[in-house]
Amino acid sequence: MNWQAVNAIYRFEMSRTMRTLWQSIVSPVISTSLYFVVFGAAIGSRITEIEGVSYGAFIVPGLIMLTLLTQSVMNASFGIYFPRFTGTIYELLSAPISFLEIVLGYVGAAATKSILLGLLILATAALFVPIEIAHPFWMLAFLVLTAVTFSLLGFIIGIWADGFEKLQIVPLLIITPLTFLGGSFYSTSILPPFWRTVTLFDPVVYLVSGFRWSFYEIADVHVGISVGMTILFLVLCLAAIWWIFKTGYRLKS
Amino acid sequence: MHSPMQSIISVSNVSKTYATGFQALKDVNLDIRRGEIFALLGPNGAGKTTLINVICGIVNRSGGDISVDGLDILKDYRTVRSMIGLVPQELTTDAFETVWGTVSFSRGLFGKRKNPAHIEKVLTELSLLDKKDDQIRTLSGGMKRRVLIAKALSHEPKILFLDEPTAGVDVELRKDMWQVVRALRASGVTIILTTHYIEEAENMADRIGVINHGEIILVEDKAELMRKLGKKQLTLELQKKLDAVPEGLAAYDLTLAPGGGELTYTYDTQGERTGITALLSDLNKAGLRFRDLHTTQSSLEDIFVGLVSKRQ
Ligand SMILES: Nc1ncnc2c1ncn2[C@@H]1O[C@H](COP(=O)(O)OP(=O)(O)OP(=O)(O)O)[C@@H](O)[C@H]1O
Ligand SMILES: [Mg+2]
Repeated sequence: MNWQAVNAIYRFEMSRTMRTLWQSIVSPVISTSLYFVVFGAAIGSRITEIEGVSYGAFIVPGLIMLTLLTQSVMNASFGIYFPRFTGTIYELLSAPISFLEIVLGYVGAAATKSILLGLLILATAALFVPIEIAHPFWMLAFLVLTAVTFSLLGFIIGIWADGFEKLQIVPLLIITPLTFLGGSFYSTSILPPFWRTVTLFDPVVYLVSGFRWSFYEIADVHVGISVGMTILFLVLCLAAIWWIFKTGYRLKS
Repeated sequence: MHSPMQSIISVSNVSKTYATGFQALKDVNLDIRRGEIFALLGPNGAGKTTLINVICGIVNRSGGDISVDGLDILKDYRTVRSMIGLVPQELTTDAFETVWGTVSFSRGLFGKRKNPAHIEKVLTELSLLDKKDDQIRTLSGGMKRRVLIAKALSHEPKILFLDEPTAGVDVELRKDMWQVVRALRASGVTIILTTHYIEEAENMADRIGVINHGEIILVEDKAELMRKLGKKQLTLELQKKLDAVPEGLAAYDLTLAPGGGELTYTYDTQGERTGITALLSDLNKAGLRFRDLHTTQSSLEDIFVGLVSKRQ
């Protein structure tokens, strides 16, 4: 393993984040606060509690997931797409590094950033509502696994994309709607049976449900299924990465 | 076949067909000797960059074998690539990174431990030290080119590929860069460069390769090439203009300049007898008088243009 190289890529990506630190921190803090004002105050005044948890506290895990998913995908896809776009990828391709090391560097940095953002949102939310974390270990496990999985997905998108529109499409048209549908801001148990079945095809349901369970021990699907599904998504992404590695897809002509 | 001791890069029967179906390299064979400066010349689109990219692992070859220092470039890619530094033709840089940051990044990427002293030395040699904390986007084109060279040198390569390193670099700095390249060769680095400034190859190279339409059409020692293909010309300025070359001088294959005021005689520099003495006495016999005379020697550029146009 060329750990020097992994470290170099990781630091390079982190310093890119640090250059835009201000936007990186301010925008999630502001949008989280807005969610509390809009959802918490407007809807929360009607729905006071869901399964014994105040509505404001109930939406916190979903809010964190929303940011975690979109930021992971956006950061990782941009991180690898940009060198392809500017041509600096020549250096990665001519360096004594394996694809695995490239993935570790880029995905590691993207996942780190979104985990930090997730924790930042948690801290912001704690200013508005009282938060309990019943299973801190599982909370962190879901946070890390989800960040890594969706950073891998972002990396794949960054390799597949051949324009900036495609980079935007996936987070905007797929991740965000799935997050809203996936019970981030409500319990899927309140949906009519048909729509409940539909949500079972939404991978985000499993992520949000498991994550929320680690806070309040309430879940839409059993936590074991959540863990299983999270690991399944991780394995699917790893398989796709492995295939890209084997074929040199879109990296080399 | 050269022994691995002598040739550091060995390219055999390498071909490359791009996804578009275009064949950019056709059965290329080339050996680069340890410690030499090799200049690869060829017109636009000849396949120079493609060949370099294939050796450096940026483009997959379609066929053939390449070994570096006796190691296969795919099987032993880690060892091979850590020996190679590449300065690409395109000015591709990270706009927002600083000079120091990007050069240090390259060193790490190639698996080398931090060594600020070395990076400082490289930046000094390339006259970039005063720019080390500047963002790359604030640099001029020629400075960016030098940043790319600094990146390639950051990890102390044994082999350096320079794909048009002096394009867009001003005359004075170009001379400085030649100095850097010569110093590298003196320290044992093998250098392969492409350039459209033939003068540069003439100045720097130990050997010259010419590629055209994806085929290597010539590989030769520079001095040998200049001697073999170099022609001299003797130009005579006549006192009286001529309409045609006189019959008696037909054997010399003279050319009469438009206007009839000058006669040119071309001869081989390596021939035992140049034929000049005979020509002069025959001119006298024919009653031609000349006012002045001068000789010119063909440059590598003339040789190159001659080679490439012959094969079009
Ligand atoms: N990615 C690609 N896909 C298809 N054709 C390509 C690709 N890259 C290069 N070519 C073609 O291969 C040929 C050789 O290109 P190459 O860049 O190797 O030329 P070159 O000798 O470096 O030229 P120059 O002096 O202009 O840099 C050209 O005809 C070019 O159009
Ligand atoms: Mg080129």
